[in-house]
Amino acid sequence: MNKPLRRIAIFCGLLVLALLVRANWLQYVEAEKLNTHDKNRRVLIERYADERGNIIVDGKPITGSVKTDSADFAYKRTYVNGPMWAPVTGYASQVFGANQLEKLEDGILTGNSDQLFFDRTMAMFTDDEKKGGNVVTTLNGAAQKAAFEGLGSKKGAVAAIDPKTGKILALASTPSYDPGAFAGSATADETAWAKLSSKDNKEKPMLNRALREVYPPGSVFKVVTAAAALEHGKVDDINAKTDTEEPYILPTTRTPMKNMVRGCENATLKYALQISCNSVFAKLGDEVGRDKMLETVKKFGFNNDELDTPVRAAMSRYNESMDRPGNSLSSIGQFDTATTPLQMAMVAAAIANDGKLMKPYMVDQLVAPNLDVISKTKPQEMSRPLSSENAQLVRDMMENVVENGGGRKAALGDGVKVGGKTGTAQHGEKNSKRPYAWFISYAMTDDGSPVAVAVVVEDSGASREDISGGGLAAPIAKDVMKAVLDSKR
Amino acid sequence: MSVVTNTTTIGAIDAPSRRNTELMLLGIAVAIAVFAYVNVGLAIDGKLPAGVFGYTAGITLLAAVAHLVVRKFAKYADPLLLPLAVVLNGIGLVMIWRLDQSKRLIKRAEAAWGSFSPDAPKQMLYSAIGIALFVGVLVLLKDHRILQRYTYISMAVALVLLVLPMFFPARNGARIWISLGPINIQPGEFAKIIIAVFFSGYLMVKRDALALASRRFLGLYLPRGRDLGPILVVWAMSILILVFETDLGTSLLFFGMFVIMLYVATERTSWIVFGLLMSGVGAVGVASISPHVGARVDAWLDPFDCATAACDQVSNSIMSFGAGGTLGTGLGQGNSDLIGFATNSDFILATVGEEFGLAGMMAFLMLYGLIVERGIRTALAARDPFGKLLAVGLSGAFAIQVFVVAGGVMGLIPLTGMTMPFVAAGGSSVIANWALIAILIRISDTARRPAPAPAPSSDAEMTQVVRP
Repeated sequence: MNKPLRRIAIFCGLLVLALLVRANWLQYVEAEKLNTHDKNRRVLIERYADERGNIIVDGKPITGSVKTDSADFAYKRTYVNGPMWAPVTGYASQVFGANQLEKLEDGILTGNSDQLFFDRTMAMFTDDEKKGGNVVTTLNGAAQKAAFEGLGSKKGAVAAIDPKTGKILALASTPSYDPGAFAGSATADETAWAKLSSKDNKEKPMLNRALREVYPPGSVFKVVTAAAALEHGKVDDINAKTDTEEPYILPTTRTPMKNMVRGCENATLKYALQISCNSVFAKLGDEVGRDKMLETVKKFGFNNDELDTPVRAAMSRYNESMDRPGNSLSSIGQFDTATTPLQMAMVAAAIANDGKLMKPYMVDQLVAPNLDVISKTKPQEMSRPLSSENAQLVRDMMENVVENGGGRKAALGDGVKVGGKTGTAQHGEKNSKRPYAWFISYAMTDDGSPVAVAVVVEDSGASREDISGGGLAAPIAKDVMKAVLDSKR
Repeated sequence: MSVVTNTTTIGAIDAPSRRNTELMLLGIAVAIAVFAYVNVGLAIDGKLPAGVFGYTAGITLLAAVAHLVVRKFAKYADPLLLPLAVVLNGIGLVMIWRLDQSKRLIKRAEAAWGSFSPDAPKQMLYSAIGIALFVGVLVLLKDHRILQRYTYISMAVALVLLVLPMFFPARNGARIWISLGPINIQPGEFAKIIIAVFFSGYLMVKRDALALASRRFLGLYLPRGRDLGPILVVWAMSILILVFETDLGTSLLFFGMFVIMLYVATERTSWIVFGLLMSGVGAVGVASISPHVGARVDAWLDPFDCATAACDQVSNSIMSFGAGGTLGTGLGQGNSDLIGFATNSDFILATVGEEFGLAGMMAFLMLYGLIVERGIRTALAARDPFGKLLAVGLSGAFAIQVFVVAGGVMGLIPLTGMTMPFVAAGGSSVIANWALIAILIRISDTARRPAPAPAPSSDAEMTQVVRP
């Protein structure tokens, strides 16, 4: 009976060998894949196992961590003034994942990033508790506060940029939400999340309107058209009369272009911007032509679907294949043109910065737990949408809007020059919906411009007639610019 | 070893008993278990666990008693079997104690039953009962051949044990338990040993009939109907267990054991072909009918993409192994308790995988492999067919059980819900496996015992023994 016995011995050996092979497969070959699997709760447990690093504004953290008695998660994320900063921080929830900076910089915040390998190793030897690194933002607390409080109970967004560097100074969106409301894993967190993220919630509080929503820009887009006309030599003198008939008929159609104001016939470019003539700019857009318009708007940052701040902004668009009347309408910010508040702030910033567009960013530094700087973002030039001389001409016109036009409410006085442009963008079928109130502006001091702002108020309690960029949005822009100027002093 | 080939013409040379080797290995086994216990305490609380002296004393005492009994009653037994069982049982206790400290499992138990009772003290008690049974077997069973007398009684007892759970309510989807007041017994674990005794007795008598009285058909030896009868009975029985008790593991275990023993007894490969065919037909048939088994097959095919409890367990178990990586997270520092239900019983190997890592897993599997191969070595050395069959039956059953459980939790084969011998929490399992080791030790003692000195024979010098 020994021969079959030996064979059984081999068979049993093969069974054990199969188990050994399987163990090697799971624990060596597949280990990495399993450890990063979506369903692997260890990823979450690890994320909250140690005190998470903070997101810093003006040297102070706007986030925090508290110890919890949960079996899985040692720490829970907390937020200082959560609703105000939510468009910047995003959220980090034990149950519902993370987004925006909390997600993009997760490696630094948890301390698991390869960039922190040395710190981790050192902490192991010194027996320190493992801690995450910090993310230092470019934001300006006072400007953010002004933006958030200016929007108040209105629905809308504010984006403010430092034109010289591209640093994002304010990024507000209302109605907002408190990311701390669902940071934990209790039932209350679940309820809060369900309520906030529900599709039935028309307020869409979790939408980051400053970065991730596109609006028709309306009249504020005329600044871009003016820049394109100057760049492509269609206008040399902003004080010369244009050859614009009243009413202006859209090219190749019989549709007259409506003006909301009188006095647009043959108006100068400067005056047309001051009183916001649709006809002048529609005609100008047609003269520049779709392709040349595209050339300029792309330099301003339109039609770029990879604009990362590092949180990716939604793509602002200018239609690449429309016909002449379409292009004409798009030139006054209607038809197919749509833009994020950040994009319009970039337009104002490029004009304020002598035609040089800096890439917007909001992470200034990544800092290790021991406060060593791991990386620092260098300002980066993105493009030059217009020449220095033409930028000066557009600024003349925009400053005129604030001095004599619809932007008076944004004036700051004190020797600070403010240039701006109002917009009231109609939308909806046959313009049935409440129009969006827009305002873009910049402040200019002796040593250049410290801030450019874009404000959009999507909806407000004001009656339809009262909605205007100058009335609703300009005061918010003024407060934001003032906050930045005050903090510089 | 050389003297075991017994010829009466050569005088017996006293074989080394190897008892001191066993003692030394036992010392190492106990030391490993105690170190593991201290390690868990330091990792979880940062200090020596309160029960360290009790645990050390307990496991040392159990090992010492077992060793002394072997030294006295089974002097020539294989020196590896006992230390291997002790180290597995010792580490198993540590792992169960480690999982008792898990906040997650405590919360879970409190939510489900209102209270949490640690399993480690119970397991310590069961281990003591197991060692007591081990001692009882070695003391009372002077010669394993006595068991031959109980061939048919064994069959009756085994049948009763296997059928009984059908009359008790199912727990967690399988009817494999007998509940007597506070005591829950898994009769399958004991039936494993008893049925091996029956098979050995039956096959020893019938092996010639099964091997020789058969017709050749398509290159296979087809047995006669009347000899095929018992095989069909076993096949039907394992299917019945599968259908009524939804216990895939036990039915696979019995059938596999029977096929192995038939093959060894008859030396005919055709039995293996029959065995595989029949188990294949049975398994596929039942898997497509029983939703419980079907769910487990689904969980095996794609553990990450289904929503059943079995899926959740298997996927978490697989992620535990992944989390362990090459060197493991260290004792007490893994998250294998995420598996939730049955973490310290059926799925305890996942904790081993996560906290000892691949290195520890391989060592662990080798320990099991060594027990199996020492068992088969015992079968090779045994001089009587009954002993050979019983040793290979028990070792084969042990090997299949290890493969089925470990393969199940590692996602190699569908999950079946048996226990990892010695390591998993569970009284029936640990007690029955100690009895199994005792019987193997008894057989190995008989096999390695030097032959008695031959009676002096005047012919001896003139006789030439010619061996083939």
